[in-house]
Amino acid sequence: MANEPNNILQEVTQSEYKYGFVTDIDTEFAPKGLTEDTIRYISAKKQEPEFMLEFRLKAYHRWLEMKQPDWAHLSIPAIDFQNIYYYAAPRKKPELESLEQVDPELLKTFEKLGISLEEQKRLTGVAVDAVIDSVSVKTTFTETLSKLGIIFCSFSDAVKNHPDLVREYMGSVVPSGDNYFAALNSAVFSDGSFAYIPKGVRCPIELSTYFRINAANTGQFERTLIIADEGAYVSYMEGCTAPQRDENQLHAAIVEIVALKDAEVKYSTVQNWYPGNKEGLGGIYNFVTKRGICKGNNSKISWTQVETGSAITWKYPSCILMGDNSVGEFYSVAVTNNHQQADTGSKMIHLGRNSRSTIISKGISAGRSNNSYRGLVKITKRAENARNFSQCDSLLLGDRCGAHTFPYIQAENKSSVVEHEATTSKISDDQLFYCQQRGIDSESAIGLIVNGYAREVLSKLPMEFAVEAQKLLSISLEGSVG
Amino acid sequence: MLLQIKDLHAGINGKEILRGVNLEVNAGEVHAIMGPNGTGKSTLASVIAGRELFDVTQGDVVFKGQSILEMPVEQRAREGIFLGFQYPVEIPGVSITNFMRTALNEIRKYRGLEPLSGAAFLARMEEKKKLVEIQTKLTNRSVNEGFSGGEKKKNEIFQMAMIEPTLSILDETDSGLDIDALRIVANGVNALRSADNAIVVITHYQRLLEYIVPDIVHVLYEGRIVKTGGKELALELEEKGYEWIKKEMEGR
Repeated sequence: MANEPNNILQEVTQSEYKYGFVTDIDTEFAPKGLTEDTIRYISAKKQEPEFMLEFRLKAYHRWLEMKQPDWAHLSIPAIDFQNIYYYAAPRKKPELESLEQVDPELLKTFEKLGISLEEQKRLTGVAVDAVIDSVSVKTTFTETLSKLGIIFCSFSDAVKNHPDLVREYMGSVVPSGDNYFAALNSAVFSDGSFAYIPKGVRCPIELSTYFRINAANTGQFERTLIIADEGAYVSYMEGCTAPQRDENQLHAAIVEIVALKDAEVKYSTVQNWYPGNKEGLGGIYNFVTKRGICKGNNSKISWTQVETGSAITWKYPSCILMGDNSVGEFYSVAVTNNHQQADTGSKMIHLGRNSRSTIISKGISAGRSNNSYRGLVKITKRAENARNFSQCDSLLLGDRCGAHTFPYIQAENKSSVVEHEATTSKISDDQLFYCQQRGIDSESAIGLIVNGYAREVLSKLPMEFAVEAQKLLSISLEGSVG
Repeated sequence: MLLQIKDLHAGINGKEILRGVNLEVNAGEVHAIMGPNGTGKSTLASVIAGRELFDVTQGDVVFKGQSILEMPVEQRAREGIFLGFQYPVEIPGVSITNFMRTALNEIRKYRGLEPLSGAAFLARMEEKKKLVEIQTKLTNRSVNEGFSGGEKKKNEIFQMAMIEPTLSILDETDSGLDIDALRIVANGVNALRSADNAIVVITHYQRLLEYIVPDIVHVLYEGRIVKTGGKELALELEEKGYEWIKKEMEGR
């Protein structure tokens, strides 16, 4: 009887990954492995200007001298970087003018993902960029946006059409030698999304990118760059899935956000990469560097993430609060189940006076998983009257999982205030019994309780995402709680 | 007959608490189960509801003609058994509205009914809120989180009204209530009395029974029902105290 809750837990966490299909698309690969030639191949394929190749090669040489970081609370099997394809692209790609020209298999993929581009276009008014493996295949709504002067396109197109912007801002928030995976990405990144919101423009629709790894043995290295010029506003959403494969696949992305004076950027992620099977076989290694800089006064960057996928997650969306009165926010729900591992959190670097930051992290661990929050709040001497509030909650489902909190606080002036709260809780038998007595079975009860627990963060998501995220939370924990 | 309990023995961790309970409840009746503390009243309620914490070692519980001992908790609830909790638990982040909507739809699904429309659900909420005099402010809050004792108990009766169970077991609903809250809770319960359902009120004190007048009163003592009578039995108990039962039992 004492084991009963665990049985329920197991049941709830044992559900199947729903996006594990593979699309049969004719794909073009770069030769396997990573050498200077690989980088030249990618750069040539993309017909890049010289400065891009230089950027890549510089990053590559930095990377060669670096070591994979080992400070995270993660157990990462050795990665054979020579056994990965660094470039894979749907072969029929070139110059899409309309949806009719998109590979029908690709369209099927989007339908399975529940994102019919056409539907998205018509119904939701969300502009979508979709990146399959290495290449951006479709950007919708470009025209509507361009009337406002908003640029929303694939990274490759930005390099071609807006090289000055790319040159000025690429690597300005995450330098190419920032860390091991950032250096790797800077060397081999193939595509991604680019957004520029001009001065004083409020982007009227949500911008959205879907990332999909399809081809086997392929790494995905996309790069996103968002620039909000003075007084601009944009809300950006990102979703990701991958097929179910027994081998692990590497995803090492970079996201850079620049918010100039009075600008605001809201970045939301629902990360649902394939997490591996119940025994921990397969799944995506999600090693991502996301960072924004509140460059101008009164600027604001807000990160909201719902992390349910990936075998291993290493990710710390951060804000550099350079402007006076700038605001950084990080809202996170991270779910780990079965053998998943996550080491995630945020960094808030206060440089500006009166800068404020908020960190709300909700970790949910089930199965035999490990879930760590790691966060740094750094308040420099100049950042007078800076404030931070951090709240890190952990919810444990079952007794074989782990939750850990690693907060780092560095305050270098006396006028600032830093608050940190942390709690750890379990779903109690009493809560389950109460729900069941009202006719709600244990699985639905767990979904209900977990969504309640994460509500503070879910409420920060744009409507389009919130519903999806709620479902995802319940599905991720299906077969897992008690 | 709605509920028939036959020679029920149950306990926890090998310790027997119920030692042969017999009870019959018909539709349209209100029963009161009284008794001193630690005598098995709450255990009886939990066992009928199906809490797995307790082991049933002997006997049977028959509801609407079928044994329910093998039924999971949620199925018993969907069949029409409601337990009003003595200590309602908090569910942070889940509003009462959302909680009730989920519960009602699960119950309806089990009975082969379509989910209630949003409008029909809200209309039902409005109607039932009046019954226990609670405000929308409260139903928008998380289930029981930060509620006063009175609010928690009103919320239990509100949920009972929403669900419209066939058999309601109210476990110490009067504990922790001031006289105004007690009156509101009792009025709510009385409004829900009908010829088709039954209510079992578990209480330590006679006080609640001034407001909810039972048809039949039982005294549970050391795991058995030792006395059964009309509503005047409650008054007799109040007057003589539980010492009277104890002596009578020891004298046997």
